[in-house]
Amino acid sequence: MALTNHRSNGANEPLSNVSPAMTGKASAVSLHGVTKRFGEDVVAVDDVDLQIRDGEFFSLLGPSGCGKTTTLRMIAGLEFPTEGSVRIFGEEMGLRPPNKRPVNTVFQSYALFPHMNVAANVGFGLRMKKVDDSEIRRRVGEAIELVRLTGMESRSSKELSGGEQQRVALARALVNRPKVLLLDEPLGALDLKLRQTMQLELKDIQSEVGITFVYVTHDQGEALTMSDRIGVMNEGRLAQIGPPEDVYEAPQNLFVAGFVGEMCLLPAEVTEPGSVRLKSGEVIRARTSSPKGEPVILTIRPEKLHIYSAVSEAPPDRNALNGSIVRRTFYGEAIVYEVRIGASDPIEVRVENIPSIGRWDVGEKVIVDFHPEAGMALTE
Amino acid sequence: MTLLDEHKTVEDEEVNPRLERRARRQESWRGFFHAAPAYVYLTFFFVLPLLIIFVFSFASRSNTGKPLLENWNLDSWTRLADPLVRTIAVRSLTMAIANTVLCLFIAYPFAYWIATRARQRTRTLLLIAVLIPFWSNFLVRTYAWRMLLDSDGYITQLGQLTGLWERMLFTQPAVFIGLLYGYLPFMILPLYAALERMDWSLVEAGRDLYASGSKAFRRITLPLSKPGIIAGSILVFIPSLGAYVTPDILGGAKTNLLGNLIVTQFQAARNWPFGSALSGAILIVMLVATMLYFRTGGRTI
Repeated sequence: MALTNHRSNGANEPLSNVSPAMTGKASAVSLHGVTKRFGEDVVAVDDVDLQIRDGEFFSLLGPSGCGKTTTLRMIAGLEFPTEGSVRIFGEEMGLRPPNKRPVNTVFQSYALFPHMNVAANVGFGLRMKKVDDSEIRRRVGEAIELVRLTGMESRSSKELSGGEQQRVALARALVNRPKVLLLDEPLGALDLKLRQTMQLELKDIQSEVGITFVYVTHDQGEALTMSDRIGVMNEGRLAQIGPPEDVYEAPQNLFVAGFVGEMCLLPAEVTEPGSVRLKSGEVIRARTSSPKGEPVILTIRPEKLHIYSAVSEAPPDRNALNGSIVRRTFYGEAIVYEVRIGASDPIEVRVENIPSIGRWDVGEKVIVDFHPEAGMALTE
Repeated sequence: MTLLDEHKTVEDEEVNPRLERRARRQESWRGFFHAAPAYVYLTFFFVLPLLIIFVFSFASRSNTGKPLLENWNLDSWTRLADPLVRTIAVRSLTMAIANTVLCLFIAYPFAYWIATRARQRTRTLLLIAVLIPFWSNFLVRTYAWRMLLDSDGYITQLGQLTGLWERMLFTQPAVFIGLLYGYLPFMILPLYAALERMDWSLVEAGRDLYASGSKAFRRITLPLSKPGIIAGSILVFIPSLGAYVTPDILGGAKTNLLGNLIVTQFQAARNWPFGSALSGAILIVMLVATMLYFRTGGRTI
């Protein structure tokens, strides 16, 4: 449910995605064949190639243990690749320590220095770089204003709420004007409401400062709403890279299809390009890329499915499947029906709770309908 | 911190102040009862003996040295200004400070090394290694050092071989080695405790914010391990200042420290009032020193 909330929230965001960043040519960060092994058997990151563009909001999305944080730490210099190279604005980083890299990190736990107040925390990087005191004061003031914490300068970092700590961590990194800002699940510790506010705020701050953001998250809603591009990671590899729409609408594999958003899955077999045969024997149209006879999984987003009481009610030229309702769950703004098609596992159909759409009871025979473009056949 | 938070939230809500006060009072009574055994113990075995010593320091003595609880006077306290006492006090103080500082310098890297071992098992094993000496009596261990430092012992032979020292036992360095050995674990353990619960992501954050390795240590690790440094220093300094067994066994009669002086007063010299005054004076000095130490740097504890 929470995931859906995120998504609907994202709809308020401008989805154009044609930020100036997209037209820029330079790679802010590029990884070539980066592999990270811990000990003998653990491969945390496996041969990753990745170009992150200048000024872009790039998210690394994946389940825990997929290697996304390790990838981020290798960019920061907190971890060094076993193989491959990390370049930042074309410069080979090699074994360069974190203090000599033009990047700053917002840590998952914020890692605020408990023995310093807010201003000292924010000014730490500048002091280490031996910037003039007056300059430090000015820039710290600016950064604190940017994250809207003016007046809190002399508070101890232990007296701050989670959201405030998060802002201090952000200001502490941004004040150094890094070329790339790395964020490791920065909103993970906040509650849902605050997380949603901070998502929008982070996005605003990013467009204000124009710095490349590399954002690690396991929350697909967060990645979809905030990013210019998303890199979906699984088991140390990049499963797909692309803008949020591509990742959501055209997943390249079953992992991405299942991890990003909800997905209905129906086992099938390709009969000819553009059509598949379901286990129930019905032949329907769908997007395919596999050769004839290949076993595939037909994937459809639940919100792209419609329910009708009879074929005559359904619009023509679409896929209509016969099914029966096995469960109905009321969510308020929507009703989710689980519909059994043939012998397969039931699929979920999300129906908006508006008067013009009827309701069906458990056991009722229905027609499940979707546009041929909405169905994608993916191989295991 | 969490306790404070809880109080805050309780106060934020609308509560009957009278009920609130009663609950607090009950709470404090319960706390008193829980602590009662400790109070009784401390009264009988700590406060009472201290009072006795305090009273005795004003007493007089008979011709045979028997303390007499009459003719109360300040003689014992004025005798503290005696140059001999001053020499011994300065020597003890120097020894205790030097021992504390050296313990700190040896223990810190060691505690740091243990605390940064990745595997819990390794850390536990190393800690047990630190604690193993405590399995045998301190007196026995000090006698073992006597063997090592003896003229037949390896350490003396090494010195003779290199020409650096002729003899070791019954010298001031021997006492110093003994003190260092005896109190090093008391420095390692609190330092380890402080470093072990240290959040290393703070050091990473420091490195990420342009601090070199040594700067990150100075600006982050060191200040955050201050509670351990303070606790360890107190645990080493205080017993070093009052050390008796080590200087007695390893220093022979030559290196007299305050501890030996006090014992001599109570035993050989049969001067209980003066011994009591000495003990009382040391106690007051330590109390003041500890309070100052806590006041200056103890806020993080």
